Amino acid sequence: MGSKPRLTGYRRPDGSMGIRNHVIILPVDDLSNAAAEAVAKVVPGTLALPHAFGRLQFGEDLELTFRTLIGTGLNGNVAAVIVIGIEPKWTERVAAGIAKSGKPVASFSIEGKGDLQTIADAARVAQIFLQDASEIQREEATAGDLIMSIKCGESDTTSGLGSCPTTSQAVDRWVAAGGTVFFGETSELTGGEHLIADRCIDDACRRAFQDTYDNYIKVIESTGANLLGSQPTQGNIAGGLTTIEEKALGNIAKTGSVPVIGVLKPAEAPDRNKQGLYFMDTSSAAAECVTLMAAAGAVIHLFPTGQGNVIGNPIEPVLKLTANKKTAATMKEHIDLDVSGLLRQEYDLIKAGDMMMEVIERTVNGRLCAAEALGHREYTFTKLYISA
Amino acid sequence: MAKVPDFLLHHDGDSVAVANDDLQPGTLQGLSVKEQTPHTAVLNHAIPLGHKFALKDHAEGEAIIKYGIKVGIASEPIKKGDYVHTHNMRSYRWEASRA
Repeated sequence: MGSKPRLTGYRRPDGSMGIRNHVIILPVDDLSNAAAEAVAKVVPGTLALPHAFGRLQFGEDLELTFRTLIGTGLNGNVAAVIVIGIEPKWTERVAAGIAKSGKPVASFSIEGKGDLQTIADAARVAQIFLQDASEIQREEATAGDLIMSIKCGESDTTSGLGSCPTTSQAVDRWVAAGGTVFFGETSELTGGEHLIADRCIDDACRRAFQDTYDNYIKVIESTGANLLGSQPTQGNIAGGLTTIEEKALGNIAKTGSVPVIGVLKPAEAPDRNKQGLYFMDTSSAAAECVTLMAAAGAVIHLFPTGQGNVIGNPIEPVLKLTANKKTAATMKEHIDLDVSGLLRQEYDLIKAGDMMMEVIERTVNGRLCAAEALGHREYTFTKLYISA
Repeated sequence: MAKVPDFLLHHDGDSVAVANDDLQPGTLQGLSVKEQTPHTAVLNHAIPLGHKFALKDHAEGEAIIKYGIKVGIASEPIKKGDYVHTHNMRSYRWEASRA
């Protein structure tokens, strides 16, 4: 009564919520990065999201790029969007996809005008969007309003012993409070995929999961490549992880104990009325995975690391935790939560979970995480196959 | 506060344990995370934090158990107390992935 709400966020016109209030300058394609970055320089406080693709893609690969671009604009952490593309057709398609949320969106295309005129036109609107966004107030939020995502990286054996079980605590508590959580990393379930299948809520979910997993593995195996050094990575091996199965069990140790209620395509948003734990088909590469999860609506990410991954995302705060005392000491500026005391038996898992929840609450309520403070804004698209 | 365990294993019955610090050869005290059972082992080699050693003899091809689950197989015979990593353990799922 009269006390500050535990969680706060920004309510968007479509009812979704976010914990950040970004005005983004979104290039549709690689060619438009320069103009997008120029607008963000002219109107400091807006955020350009340069990326490497968006031209000559086709089929499912193109659909995924559109889903990623539009989903990024729809994310609750985004207040308003300036879309810039080389030509008007795809630019307007992306802008229209975002505009159906009721969020302020404006689109600009470069052909027939050149970069300089486009920058001037877009900057004028970006300024208005930024000033308008600065008046949006935080309001009380619940876990059910804020989608969480999880993915670990540069894992080692301390991940499975400490940072992943701590993340599990947060997953179970978030879902118990009515929230939604995404996990993914399809190839990194190998050796423990039966554990995930067993947790699927019904046969349809289990079948969807198994099909997704089998397809991914088929793609990997069809290359005939030796994956040792890629999965596990050289960093994983340096940290003591030997096989994909060993890595997978550590990975799965972060997914909590709640049922898996659905399977999502990459960057696919869940049904907003069905809260719980979802599996998303993603690469295990950190920046790709977080980009896809943010595009599906995740507004806060938990990232357990062993050897010290430094990843961030432009719109979704990426919180890092480690149970490796060496990493906590040598890469201190990247670590939001040190749970190495868990391995030293200084406290139990419940206490580590309490520590995690405290960091989550502070980040939700506005405290910048390490990756945000250090300017880590990896925005990386997943390509399904070569461009035309 | 109790002494920090030299090594941790996930479950009683696991065939490998994880170094909880940079370890020298010798007799070590450990703990299973799930059951919280004390364990004693003799380590044959120096290994860094996070790396594994064998809690039992493994014949070539024998399953290596961690989390109570098969996480790989011995690619050569491994003696109790030996360092276990890519030089003597491999995935059984991804046959192509060998050192």
